[in-house]
Amino acid sequence: MQFLQAYLRNPAAAFGLVLLAAVLALAATAGLLFPDNPLGLAGRPLQWPFSNPRFWLGTDHTGRDIAAQIFHGARVSLVIGFVATVIAILIGVLIGALAGYYGGVIDDLLMRVTEAFQILPNFLLLLVLVAVFGSNMETIVVAIGVVSWPPAARLTRAEFLTLRNREFVQAGRTLGLGDARLIFGEILPNALPPVIVYASVIMAVAILLESALAFLNLSDPNVPSWGNLIGGGRAVLRDQWYVSAIPGFAILLTVLAVSLVGQGLNDALNPKLKNR
Amino acid sequence: MRFLTLAGRRLAAALPALLIILAGLFLLLQLAPGDTVDALVAQIGGADATVIEELRRHYALDRSASSRLLDYLWRLVHLDLGESAIYGKPVIDVIVERIPPTLLLMGSALALAFGFGMVLGIVAALRVNRWPDTLISTLGLVFYATPSFWFGLMGIFVFAVYLGWLPAGGYGTIASGLAGWAHIADIAWHLTLPVVTLALIFLAIYLRIMRASMLEVSTLDFVRTARAKGLPESRVVTRHVLRNALLPMVTLIGLQTGTMLGGSVVVECVFALPGLGRLAYESVMQRDLNTLLGVVFISALLVIAINFIVDLLYARLDPRINATH
Repeated sequence: MQFLQAYLRNPAAAFGLVLLAAVLALAATAGLLFPDNPLGLAGRPLQWPFSNPRFWLGTDHTGRDIAAQIFHGARVSLVIGFVATVIAILIGVLIGALAGYYGGVIDDLLMRVTEAFQILPNFLLLLVLVAVFGSNMETIVVAIGVVSWPPAARLTRAEFLTLRNREFVQAGRTLGLGDARLIFGEILPNALPPVIVYASVIMAVAILLESALAFLNLSDPNVPSWGNLIGGGRAVLRDQWYVSAIPGFAILLTVLAVSLVGQGLNDALNPKLKNR
Repeated sequence: MRFLTLAGRRLAAALPALLIILAGLFLLLQLAPGDTVDALVAQIGGADATVIEELRRHYALDRSASSRLLDYLWRLVHLDLGESAIYGKPVIDVIVERIPPTLLLMGSALALAFGFGMVLGIVAALRVNRWPDTLISTLGLVFYATPSFWFGLMGIFVFAVYLGWLPAGGYGTIASGLAGWAHIADIAWHLTLPVVTLALIFLAIYLRIMRASMLEVSTLDFVRTARAKGLPESRVVTRHVLRNALLPMVTLIGLQTGTMLGGSVVVECVFALPGLGRLAYESVMQRDLNTLLGVVFISALLVIAINFIVDLLYARLDPRINATH
């Protein structure tokens, strides 16, 4: 309760929460308001927003309803962003925990792998994975998770390094707890909060990565994605600029919501750092 | 001489990671459906089994994976990246042609993001929690959340289509016959929108770090000392706070190189720039894995090289770093 109050006292964080709730509402009502396939032909192509009461955000160059794609796209963006983040955090926490807890050769080895992933430009690695494994939705989600974990691993490792010799861990060790119990039962719960806060950054980037892939036509063509709609609107940018403009705002607001909530959580967890 | 030892040591430190990257790329190549011979055979329109067998032997595909991995690494040491299927030239030649536009784009975007990020970060830090700070920080958040390709498209619509001030894409006017300064000005004119597009996200990151770093340094003891001995505020900021606050900004250049290369893929595609990123995209679209992996390898080398330069810069800015190493 106290935490919620601290969180809501920050107007930017509260705004972020409202925005996130709005995007969630879009995703939740998509099936209800637009039961038809959002990628199906809905009407005459390139109708301007507000010109036809049936399509209040207009139709795109192939006659699909833009509003329906925005609502269904919210689902896709949130699901991809969330699942990719969970994958990235799982990989990152596991590698960071093992490296930080055991140190020595294991640490060296795992950190070299982390470095390798950090040297490779994220988006290029993503392109390689898509080129090799194809571009259906599952592959894309896993690929985004696989390119996003290194910062989470470094963060977890740093936390483990400061925690592994604390008294409560030593107490656990003298009680005869095994390594797995110590890592996941004792240290990890204490190391997790900053990692969870950082997850918001990963999620924001994951949503942007997916939209960029979809914009380049490298994402799953069978799911309605905001990036895909922007890419399609590119062909008619000269006259019907709204086709690209509208989904762009949707991405912007979603990413903004995720970052604001993350920052709000961070400020509420570390009140001392609030003015930074 | 010291430079060379330093360079050698840095390269040695980066070597394990580079080896892991190469082994990983090799593994991915194995997982990709079809090999070089399949691609070749498809290109020449089919061949009988003996010819395919012959080709496999020619490309050493009949040998064990480990011996081919060693072979692959050995070729990479000589920068032999194989043939590009779509361009019909050695991959390294194609890549070398594509590097200058990307470096120019990244360098200009970096300079723009660093410069404006620094200034805006300083302004925000000096007026912390008042309206200039709120405005700048909000702007930073919005820029950070904006997908670069969308910003690029909107830029094209406003500045190229609607206002007609800037070209919508390309790397210089085609067949213009311009030379000397006119040619440079032409390229600069074409790169304005792409550079601003790429710089925007990084501007947001730089201004946030600069602001945080200024606030952090201004609480340190030596700043209090400077104030206590009666230095004017402007001198405290420029001589004492700013110089120390710049260090994290320099670190960030190295950390962000990879992200920037990734960002340039998208920006180059939006603005039809003949750079490394667009080459990567084209090779994905054409299933030319040799070229794609070549681009990734060269990008990794580029990131390592830029990080090395950043380290040198860092040591110049902060003499303490040389003393400890």
